[in-house]
Amino acid sequence: MPLIKEHDKSQIAKLFEPILHDVRLVMFTQERECQFCEMTRQMTEEVAALSPRVRAEIHDFIAEADLARQYGIDKIPAIAVMGEADYRIRFYGIPAGYEFPALLEAVVDVGMRTPALPDPLLAEVQKIDQPVHLQVMVTPT
Amino acid sequence: MANERIRGDMVEISEFPHLAVKYAVQGVPKTVINETHDFLGSQSETQVLRAIQESLGK
Repeated sequence: MPLIKEHDKSQIAKLFEPILHDVRLVMFTQERECQFCEMTRQMTEEVAALSPRVRAEIHDFIAEADLARQYGIDKIPAIAVMGEADYRIRFYGIPAGYEFPALLEAVVDVGMRTPALPDPLLAEVQKIDQPVHLQVMVTPT
Repeated sequence: MANERIRGDMVEISEFPHLAVKYAVQGVPKTVINETHDFLGSQSETQVLRAIQESLGK
């Protein structure tokens, strides 16, 4: 059974239309999938199917532990939203409810290779010269 | 995305309850910056930037 409704699929496909560059949804699950891993993988595949520019890459957290480490992924289910470059955007756990639009926005931003920030703010963000790790804790809604 | 020194994680805490305990999450969204600073609720982009600068001692 699809996780994304038909009506939503056409809306998302429209949202993805302006995407100019390839987007990789690098998803980590494991062979014996937990319930949320399975749903997250399915969601990743359904989202990727809505644009020729978006591709789902499914990996095994255990069998491909080195790759997970390379991407800094320490728990699953995980989705990294990347272009050729890794913009270090990660979703841990299923991005459902309010988090789903956040995932779609990340896909569009990466697909446009343009962060969605106004110029003065962008300049300030670019001045940051130390490592910053932001973790936004959310619950399913 | 604007700065490669910054990484952003969204964490669905009901699937990772140990992190909810570790970061004492009593309300959501709760944003943790570099394990040392945090703020609660949805904030404007400017407020998030201020919080990051503050956490870096700027």
